[in-house]
Amino acid sequence: MNELLTATATELAARIASREVSAVEVAQAHLARIAEVDEKVHAFLHVDTGGALAQARRVDAGEITGPLAGVPLALKDVIVTKGVPTTAGSRILEGWIPPYDATIVERMRAAGIVVLGKTNMDEFAMGSSTEHSAYGPSRNPWDLTRTPGGSGGGSSAAVASYQAPLGIGTDTGGSIRQPAAVTGTVGAKPTYGGVSRYGLIAFSSSLDQAGPCARTVLDAALLHEVIGGHDPRDSTSIDAPVPPVVEAARQADVTGMRIGVVTQFKGDGYQPGVLARFEESVALLEKLGASIEEVSCPHFDYALPAYYLIAPSEASSNLARYDAMRYGLRVGDDGDASAEEVMAATRDAGFGAEVKRRIILGTYALSAGYYDAYYGQAQKVRTLITRDFASAFERVDVLVSPTTPTTAFTLGERVDDPMAMYLADLCTIPSNLYGGPGLSVPCGLSDDGLPVGLQIMAPVQADDRMYRVAAAVEAALGSDKLLEKAPRL
Amino acid sequence: MTATLPPYDDVLDRYDPVLGLETHVELGTVTKLFCGCSTAFGADPNTQVCPVCLGLPGSLPVTNGAAIDYTVRIGLALHCRIAEWCRFARKNYFYPDMPKNFQVSQYDEPLCIDGYLDVDVDGETFRIEIERVHLEEDTGKSMHVGGSTGRIHGATHSLVDYNRAGIPLVEIVTKPIAGIGHKAAAVARAYVTELRDLLRGLGVSDVRMEQGSLRCDVNVSLMPRGATQFGTRSETKNVNSLRSVERAVRYEVERQASRLDAGERIVQETRHFHEDSGTTSPGRSKEEAQDYRYFPEPDLVPLAPAADWVEQLRTTLPEPPSVARKQFATEHGFTELELTQMTNAGVVDLVRETIAAGAAPGKARGWWLGYLVGRANDAGVEAMSLAITPAQVARVSALEDDGTLTNKLARQVVEAVLAGEGEPDAVIEAHGWKVAGEDELVAAVDAAIAANPDVASKVRDGNQGALGPLVGAVMKSTGGSADAKRARELLLERLGGA
Repeated sequence: MNELLTATATELAARIASREVSAVEVAQAHLARIAEVDEKVHAFLHVDTGGALAQARRVDAGEITGPLAGVPLALKDVIVTKGVPTTAGSRILEGWIPPYDATIVERMRAAGIVVLGKTNMDEFAMGSSTEHSAYGPSRNPWDLTRTPGGSGGGSSAAVASYQAPLGIGTDTGGSIRQPAAVTGTVGAKPTYGGVSRYGLIAFSSSLDQAGPCARTVLDAALLHEVIGGHDPRDSTSIDAPVPPVVEAARQADVTGMRIGVVTQFKGDGYQPGVLARFEESVALLEKLGASIEEVSCPHFDYALPAYYLIAPSEASSNLARYDAMRYGLRVGDDGDASAEEVMAATRDAGFGAEVKRRIILGTYALSAGYYDAYYGQAQKVRTLITRDFASAFERVDVLVSPTTPTTAFTLGERVDDPMAMYLADLCTIPSNLYGGPGLSVPCGLSDDGLPVGLQIMAPVQADDRMYRVAAAVEAALGSDKLLEKAPRL
Repeated sequence: MTATLPPYDDVLDRYDPVLGLETHVELGTVTKLFCGCSTAFGADPNTQVCPVCLGLPGSLPVTNGAAIDYTVRIGLALHCRIAEWCRFARKNYFYPDMPKNFQVSQYDEPLCIDGYLDVDVDGETFRIEIERVHLEEDTGKSMHVGGSTGRIHGATHSLVDYNRAGIPLVEIVTKPIAGIGHKAAAVARAYVTELRDLLRGLGVSDVRMEQGSLRCDVNVSLMPRGATQFGTRSETKNVNSLRSVERAVRYEVERQASRLDAGERIVQETRHFHEDSGTTSPGRSKEEAQDYRYFPEPDLVPLAPAADWVEQLRTTLPEPPSVARKQFATEHGFTELELTQMTNAGVVDLVRETIAAGAAPGKARGWWLGYLVGRANDAGVEAMSLAITPAQVARVSALEDDGTLTNKLARQVVEAVLAGEGEPDAVIEAHGWKVAGEDELVAAVDAAIAANPDVASKVRDGNQGALGPLVGAVMKSTGGSADAKRARELLLERLGGA
């Protein structure tokens, strides 16, 4: 394979900066790779060849410099891009060309990052396999009969199949971390409010957070630093500097750190190979100088049900705007139908089954007479989970768990069983409810030969801690070389 | 269907009315509530919009601090408690003029709670208790095209203008207003009038009812006299003038009484007010009303006005309008009756500004109360919305005082200004209007005598009542530019009747 494809983002940026290779050459190599393999992987919904090359030329002209200038990136199609189609994986936004850029897109552009195109995802980020995309599923580069996880399976599959060294995902309940785990890549969900949501098409506003996908911990940290930081256009954005994630990724030292193992994340439903790699990772961390402590978070068992009330409730409201009146799909406008009829016909035709399921669930949970029992109760659980985290972080610096209970599942295996699909996010959801950061780093292969992810969770605004631990694990296990074991496409 | 209704006063001998008033005020902030778009009225449709107020996918709201400031000042002026912590909430329902199909509003955590406003009706003071003052975003505006009525029924299609979407709107809700008997309609009008003056004094809104920057929902119920259990209420939406507020109350009192008298029950429903007939008609029934599925707006952080900031705002509040009005009356020598008339007509500020621009108090009052209020009524607008400024009125008044204009000419100038022809001096110049000079007048007088010998001889014979037609002839031949008093003097000189 072309070594421009296997190089890390850090290496590429250095070589572009030293003029050893041009950003245009790097972009072209990746565009060629997409043309070669994406028919099999289906990571991209839209490839922006013109935009990518134009940006690469700006970098080559010396207009933009920086630690990631000239590095190609795969952007999840839930992030709004001016002049470039943005669908959020839904039929209802087919043909919509946004008139504005998301804040993180502006920041990446200013940093010289070359956006290759928009990647596949479960419709409106609702799903754990990309099978709920209106445009067909993406496939896992490790085994094309398996899913790359979701909802951000497209970005992770693109990174894992060397179509891009970097990707952007969004994580509402695990949509960055779970795909990272099952594709053998790194994925980080920053602290809620750490990265601007302006231009992130909302699924669940109080849970959504964009973050980096990469093949190394350092690359992820560099991207995190570019997209992070306060944005006055997002009220929920934290007005504080980005935690020192790059420094932490370079430090890669856990000496003296206190690491907690969550009691609740084991047992039935966990694949033995996943638990084995997890336990080995914990033993490794101890060997590297960390102290390990078992920590009980009693309310984590309620995280999944609380999540499946809060997220659909907010989604039912966030997705109300897709009504055919102003943009996107319009169905049934025959000149006689009322606006109400056109809205209903469009929403019926434009939304997939999973989106409808969640809209109905959320509408019900917010209804008068049910609000207290469902949405209100779920918010109380959220408070209890936040307290669990708070008391855990009084004793330990970070918490670790498997990222996901199993390795990649096969296409079709869970698509008709929502509960089985939802369980893929069992370990990742608590972070979203609490608002703290979480990261998945590869920690080996399971018995089935598929990658396993180690999840590291840190306190709010202590994102650097998880990079520090992840980088140490990566260095000790050679996780950044794990993808070399994947079959060639 | 409109059978004869029992008369208002007759009804209120038998029933006690209970009112509730919900007033929506568009704040006069320069930009919208959650984005930087202009709030200016009257721009071309959909030219004051952006991804945020259009609710485009991915966009997020950021609260305009000035709107919070204005709302807190309104709350303080209404003697409310200001919440230490509160949140916006989403009110979910589908309608094409709502870009997101939810309205960002406040639900069970309003910014201002529990206040009051005192209003005077016929020398009696009524304390209207305020339940809450909250902040929300306005919706866009639908225009229904192709039907005869401009309403949605019969229209072939609708157009939506989102310029208004996202303009900050404050909702002021009273507690039930009971114990007002026959004065119900007058109290309702006085409350909205007082509230309007208070808001104008605060400088938080231009409070133009006909432009919709102040809109009122009027809730009315009746209960048998002496009862304590409130009756079922109707909610008449978007009543858009002070007069209409009064009429809506009167009509609902009469309509509900006719139902109750007939042994029927009142349906809790939304009703529409019709300016032309002064009646209301049913909108949607509350019993089939939507469930708005309110929940805290997750895209916005909670509001937590700091106590010292609130106290600082309190010190910047102007005098309440009632106090300011009395000071004004004393200063310019207006009687209590004159003040009441000006207050009821909503011209106190206009008269004040006209005086400030140089007019004599009596003249300023005379122009507004004696002439312009009538013109405003003809046009169905508030006097302050007329296309003439206090400064222009003062200028016309000055020209009249120095003899440049006769009263008739002055009115013509005012009409021309109202018609958009420009400043008074420019109008006079363009039309060549001026008071006829002495020579011109003398010639016109002689011509009038010569042309009407019979009439002239009657005057010579001492019949001064015959002078009228001669003055009329002079006015006619001078195109109205003659000073009628001087013409009369000249005629009498000539005809020896002086």
